[in-house]
Amino acid sequence: MIDKNTEIAFNTQVAADTYVMGLKAPEVVAAASPGQFVMIRVGSALEPLLRRPFSIGGTLQGELLLILYKVIGRGTALMAKAEKGDHMAVLGPLGRGFSQPRPGKRPILAAGGIGIAPLIFLAQTLTASKPLFLAGYRQAAEKVPFDTFGLTDENLLVATDDGSLGHHGFITDLLETQIDQTEKTSAIVYACGPAPMLKKVAALTISSQTPCQMSLEANMACGLGACQGCAVKSSTPDRLTYYLVCKDGPIFPARAIDWETL
Amino acid sequence: MSITKPDLSVTLGPLKLKNPLMTSSGTFGYGQEYSELFDLNLLGGIVVKGLSVNPKTGNPPPRIVETSCGMLNAIGLANIGLKAFVEKIAPWLAELTTKVVVNIYGHTIDDYRAVAEGLKGIDAVSALEVNISCPNVECGGMVFGTDPAIAAQVTKEVLKKADKPVIVKLSPNVTDIREMAKAVEGAGAHVISLINAPTGMAVDIRTRRPKLANVSGGLTGPAIRPIALHMVHQVVRTVKIPVIGIGGIMNYQDALEFLIVGARAVQVGTANFVNPRTALNIVEDLERYCIENGIASINDIIGTLDLPPWK
Repeated sequence: MIDKNTEIAFNTQVAADTYVMGLKAPEVVAAASPGQFVMIRVGSALEPLLRRPFSIGGTLQGELLLILYKVIGRGTALMAKAEKGDHMAVLGPLGRGFSQPRPGKRPILAAGGIGIAPLIFLAQTLTASKPLFLAGYRQAAEKVPFDTFGLTDENLLVATDDGSLGHHGFITDLLETQIDQTEKTSAIVYACGPAPMLKKVAALTISSQTPCQMSLEANMACGLGACQGCAVKSSTPDRLTYYLVCKDGPIFPARAIDWETL
Repeated sequence: MSITKPDLSVTLGPLKLKNPLMTSSGTFGYGQEYSELFDLNLLGGIVVKGLSVNPKTGNPPPRIVETSCGMLNAIGLANIGLKAFVEKIAPWLAELTTKVVVNIYGHTIDDYRAVAEGLKGIDAVSALEVNISCPNVECGGMVFGTDPAIAAQVTKEVLKKADKPVIVKLSPNVTDIREMAKAVEGAGAHVISLINAPTGMAVDIRTRRPKLANVSGGLTGPAIRPIALHMVHQVVRTVKIPVIGIGGIMNYQDALEFLIVGARAVQVGTANFVNPRTALNIVEDLERYCIENGIASINDIIGTLDLPPWK
């Protein structure tokens, strides 16, 4: 885990309200694995006070840490205004990442909106197993260009809520078709996106007995397991009813989570 | 003569600290979470998260929400319980040379007694900090920390069982905090720490739901610092036992305010989330401040508040 004030190499808008920030953080890059996250302090003022958790959205040239983010609140609005040469305090890499697929497994990456960030990093490391990438957006203007991350659209299927690009509907429609087409035991699903999407993905993969790893998000203050703020309910009534997204996750098997409460 | 190495050590009754910087309960885990980032032994002390007899899973999420210059939390005192603490955490803490304080809480007087008893003979623990801000199930859910008589009773019972210095942490959610301070001093507390978190609330105007599942929670961070400073000021002028100041301390200037008012030590809380090295930075900055201002000992600053009327 590294705690460092890092320099911004670039901060570019790549789609509607969507930016990629490249941070010069070779030590973090060297330690990072897909699915892990970093806590970023946006600015140095007391407002907004807390660091924000971001999935690591990939790496470039072994030294640039990529943060793919969407402007949704005060913190991300400030981030969007940051310029090359400015600094951001970064703490990470944090949490448990994705498990790599066993040989012979066919990875399917299912993303909803900006939830694509950790899956892009995963795709960067899975090129050999030719993963199928399913990316859902509200509209075509939100589509994240893969070339920014050294990836191609070759195995990419897109769905949009308004039908402006690809399949008109939800990403889970595409996933359902793909799971049907794939022999149950040969596919492994990696998913990240809004809660309603993840619930559907959990239902699909659990009923078809397809292994599935999910990246979850939660309000968190520290990212280290100290504040205990980022609790999610576990599906098993064990001694500790809650997992911490920061420490026990952010990657969880779909069946570990109590989806009723999420 | 110029000062090259100012004395930062402070004495709080039976508790001696190498410097006045501690981390506050619930913001520093068991210390392990932060030990990868810096040497904890450079701090005066750490207060580990609230410990109860039995493990506690905590409140349903959302448990925290950011507010203006602060945050609300309703964690529900999630912790691993006395047995697991003694078996799994205490041996690790025993290796530290910084003072380890265990914050203890309960819902009945018996709960408090049991934790104090269970920590007897555990050398890793240098002091207990009694959290009297939780609801007392024996008194119909009334908070221990808002009734001077009950606060005094808890303090007395913990003192009977404890073989270590006892700090009582006061809640700000009272009409007159001086009454609480007098009560726990009278009961024999060695040290008072304050403030715990004032209760607050935030609402999502889109869903019209409270932002915390618990509806209300404790407000922490720089937003509460002036309230904390005022209450510390009230308490140091009321009691003779040493006081630890807590509330929204982000940097050495904030810490100095509490020391000048009369706190002998301070605890850093929410700032640990913003920058995990905050407490250590403050130690280094206080040392530099003393050198630059020719101050030989941090004790020369403590309680030097210059009140009106000024000449």
